[in-house]
Amino acid sequence: MLINSADTVVADALHGMAAAHPELDVDVERRVVLRRDAKTGGRVGLVSGGGSGHEPLHGGFVGYGMLSAACPGEVFTSPVPNQMLHAAAGVDSGQGVLFIVKNYTGDVLNFQMAAELAEEDGLSVERVLVNDDVAVTDSLYTAGRRGTGATLFVEKIAGAAAEEGAPLDRVAALARQVNESSRSFGVALSACTTPAKGSPTFQLPEGELELGIGIHGEPGRERRAMMTAREIADVAVGAVLDGLAETGGPADGPVLALVNGMGATPLLELYGFHAEVARILAARGVPVARALVGNYVTSLDMAGCSVTLCRADEELLRLWDAPVQTPALRWGR
Amino acid sequence: MRDAEFFRDWLEAAAAAVEREADRLTELDSPIGDADHGTNLLRGFTAVRTALAGADPSTAPGALLQLAGRTLISTVGGASGPLYGTLLRRTGKELGEDPEVSDTALHRALEAGVGAVAQLGGAAPGDKTMLDALTPGVAALGTSYRAARDAAEAGALATVPILARKGRASYLGERSIGHQDPGATSSALLLTALADTAEGTS
Repeated sequence: MLINSADTVVADALHGMAAAHPELDVDVERRVVLRRDAKTGGRVGLVSGGGSGHEPLHGGFVGYGMLSAACPGEVFTSPVPNQMLHAAAGVDSGQGVLFIVKNYTGDVLNFQMAAELAEEDGLSVERVLVNDDVAVTDSLYTAGRRGTGATLFVEKIAGAAAEEGAPLDRVAALARQVNESSRSFGVALSACTTPAKGSPTFQLPEGELELGIGIHGEPGRERRAMMTAREIADVAVGAVLDGLAETGGPADGPVLALVNGMGATPLLELYGFHAEVARILAARGVPVARALVGNYVTSLDMAGCSVTLCRADEELLRLWDAPVQTPALRWGR
Repeated sequence: MRDAEFFRDWLEAAAAAVEREADRLTELDSPIGDADHGTNLLRGFTAVRTALAGADPSTAPGALLQLAGRTLISTVGGASGPLYGTLLRRTGKELGEDPEVSDTALHRALEAGVGAVAQLGGAAPGDKTMLDALTPGVAALGTSYRAARDAAEAGALATVPILARKGRASYLGERSIGHQDPGATSSALLLTALADTAEGTS
């Protein structure tokens, strides 16, 4: 691993972010990445966060038209309430703060505690839960669907609305709409290695793959013999479309498509995979309004990818196209 | 009666147990979690040691547990931070400001603490979580500290055949069966530390 020590991985990366992006206020001590102008625009503050190891999520999405602040936890471990409180105080300009929370027990509990404490401090706080992963059945018998690729859609679209000056309830409503209109499915071709453990989090023999994985190196629901990109895309897109059908949107409405690499899969392969995704969607009569291909919501050095589709009306597409300027996503400005 | 020194000893014993077992906890967390339970708890209990060392010697038992709970919440992260933090904070609040507490009062306070954990996490015994060790362990405190330790350890072992219904292991569905729950295992360490401390001083 390209590290100094497992204990300093997160701090070292934050020092690097600070050096590479002077336009961001990176507080290494308090573990918060902030927009320098977060407090001055009279905008709703957007705060997200989660375990490290998913870069560029979330710190790479801080900037104009997207997040106001991000709280990186230890690798694959939720940040703590102090970080979120510091972020909330650092971005609140009196318009309130939206916490964007991926649905994992740790993230939910820590953001919940932070929201309660922030409200005691007099801040208006709304929380939006992202839970788009169809590999987990949303039932009484699990912690519920995980938050994965749709987090990028939520942060971009809510961020664009906040940049335009939309009030907190409107920004929160849009974020919820994006989440409810999005579904994802992930596949691993290899496990990942956390710096603390130093060996793969699960054993995946050569020539096998895991279907329905999350973004924390946890195994998926099912293991199969290696498949081609075309076969994998059939399973993944099929699962996502089945999940979207349950949301009740129009079956032939336009979608935002994200083909997301898990960290160790080359863009060459991701584009090849996207060709299969596009082919299947065309065959199913689903127009792809916008597509994004790359490594955005990763799982350290895991090989594999996920597919996220979001049914997008004209307003969501307009906000998706709005200018954004962050380390990892930038266009139109 | 149990004085502040007893509670300091208990938390120190818990920190030592976490230090000793950290690699095993992380190992248990690999097949059904994300391989960080030992690392995270070790960071938290190391901070608890520092916080206790800096606390005024006259700090009452309840306040010591609340301090330890706050420290875990602000250093552990993940689900374990809020859950263990809430366990100790609520238990500490129930103990109030008395400089010494009876075993009965501690038992009742821990019951309230475990109740708060169940409420926060939305879990129940049988879901393959911390509660599978905490609930039987604290219930057995009514009998003896030794019984509490035995019940907690048995509860942790009994998570092996259970299908996880809460937390990250629940994503695995049936593949969570056959693995001991890391949270129940660390919960048993905490109650074992309590029992060992009580037996060493009574």
